[in-house]
Amino acid sequence: MSDQKDEKKTNRRDFLFTATAAAGAVGVGAAVWPLVDQMNPDASVKALASTEVDVSSMQPGQSLTVLWRGKPVFIKRRTEDEIKKARTVDINDLKHPEKDEDRAKNPEWLVMLGICTHLGCVPLTDKGDYDGWFCPCHGSHYDTSGRIRKGPAPTNMEIPKYEFVNTNTIKIG
Amino acid sequence: MSDHEYTPSSKFGKWFNDRLPLLTLANHLTDYPTPKNLNYWWTFGGILTFCLITQIVTGLVLAMHYIAHADMAFSSVEHIMRDVNYGWLLRYVHANGASMFFLAVYIHIFRSLFYGSYKSPREIIWILGIIIYLLMMAAAFMGYVLPWGQMSFWGATVITNLFSAIPLVGESITTWLWGGYSVDNPTLTRFFTLHYLIPFLILGLVVLHIWALHVPGNNNPVGIDIKKPSKDTVPFHPYIVIKDAFALLMFCIVFALFVFYQPNILGHADNYIEADPLVTPAHIVPEWYLLPFYAILRSVPDKLMGVVAMLSAILILAALPWLDTSKVRSAVFRPLFRQFYWILVADVLILGYVGAMPAEGLYLLIARVATAYYFAHFLIILPVLGWKEKTTPLPLSITEPVLGGSPNLAAARNDEKIEKTIK
Repeated sequence: MSDQKDEKKTNRRDFLFTATAAAGAVGVGAAVWPLVDQMNPDASVKALASTEVDVSSMQPGQSLTVLWRGKPVFIKRRTEDEIKKARTVDINDLKHPEKDEDRAKNPEWLVMLGICTHLGCVPLTDKGDYDGWFCPCHGSHYDTSGRIRKGPAPTNMEIPKYEFVNTNTIKIG
Repeated sequence: MSDHEYTPSSKFGKWFNDRLPLLTLANHLTDYPTPKNLNYWWTFGGILTFCLITQIVTGLVLAMHYIAHADMAFSSVEHIMRDVNYGWLLRYVHANGASMFFLAVYIHIFRSLFYGSYKSPREIIWILGIIIYLLMMAAAFMGYVLPWGQMSFWGATVITNLFSAIPLVGESITTWLWGGYSVDNPTLTRFFTLHYLIPFLILGLVVLHIWALHVPGNNNPVGIDIKKPSKDTVPFHPYIVIKDAFALLMFCIVFALFVFYQPNILGHADNYIEADPLVTPAHIVPEWYLLPFYAILRSVPDKLMGVVAMLSAILILAALPWLDTSKVRSAVFRPLFRQFYWILVADVLILGYVGAMPAEGLYLLIARVATAYYFAHFLIILPVLGWKEKTTPLPLSITEPVLGGSPNLAAARNDEKIEKTIK
């Protein structure tokens, strides 16, 4: 038994105590991780990573919504007028400044995730103050390039990774 | 707590009680000295216990028929409604039971706010109550997702996307919550599991809530400390039991009116359309009991700050015992607080109303003013009021204003006034 003075000082017992607690914490962390990680997307979800879409029947002005990874993707074949509207905007007026040239490599085709960046609703096509998209949930307006112009959404609608496999087929993902 | 040491009368009872003192507990609960002036606003604790048990029992039997799978959930709910014996009744009781649960919990919370039940020494009871309330919201939200209708799906999408507002890790957290890249089958199955778990967590917290209550004993409409047991108390059984039972009966009449005559009035027609990830309903609104917080979320133009404001609106309640600086508990003796209390009630009702309306124009303006007032009530009005307000004199006991003969002259002069108020 140590006296009162010794108890206040760090001794070998304190070291053992701290070391045990630290080792225990690492062990618990390692045991808990599988329980946490099992909630992340599983292999079967990840496997559905890409979708191919035939767009041969689409006319200018038409749009198509396809499902990719459980999310809607808007494919819009834009009219001359819509392209002009998207490209003549002063980039400094935008809440999330992005050039239309960067968003639609091929100006006629706009491919983007049809998900409002506010809280994930699907915006309505050819609606809103900027003739692009309008989200009915909380009133976000997007232009013909899918850029946020008015309302609570923080950013433009996202452009997924996609490519033209040939002139009639788009591969998303 | 009773003064006397309890001894069971039978020999077996004594033998059992010495090994597991359940009879002592039962005796404590029946003899528990309760303030004799408790009014009907104090019956909602019992009503809430009834609501919880109703939800657990109906939920348990519904789970015997429900299938938690994105392809089958919607039709399994219709199967419950059409084919399962009394399935319609069980589901309507469960669905409307959630609304009744919230109705009762809001009355219970606003009763605490009026009579200052959250103040020392009852802070822990109050905070446990706030945690129960948060869990109730989580359970109700996940339960609403299970029928896999349009409102289920889009409600789940909007609420889980709230987490995407968190800087840096927001996206990873939402993906983790979903178990995919959108709300889908993995989301449904985990929501079902958690929806099944949470009521039992609530049950455990209710036990702690009541335990913590039985340490200082009930607050009362006069809000003064009383001696227990004394002339100011009555035993819980039969006095409070019979009063609670009568109130519960009245409550069940309201419950039954919804279940049997308007079972869908509190829901949304859109939820009878199966979930479609490609079409968002034109007007997404949460269930009525979440509307005030939804209004606060939408009144802030910034995504992250909107989420922060909404969460703060709930969490600020946990700090209430320290924000309210007044030593006087009951609003009966706080003339100014009483007025601000009713303004707060109106403010929350207004928030609920604008939460159901589109977030634009005048509605948005009203939502912003009401949100600002909500926070001002807790952060400015309450702290200042406790310091500035001139309260009216407190009676010395519950019995004193009724029977008179007070040794305290100042209190005696107020006898008539207090008597009127507590009646």
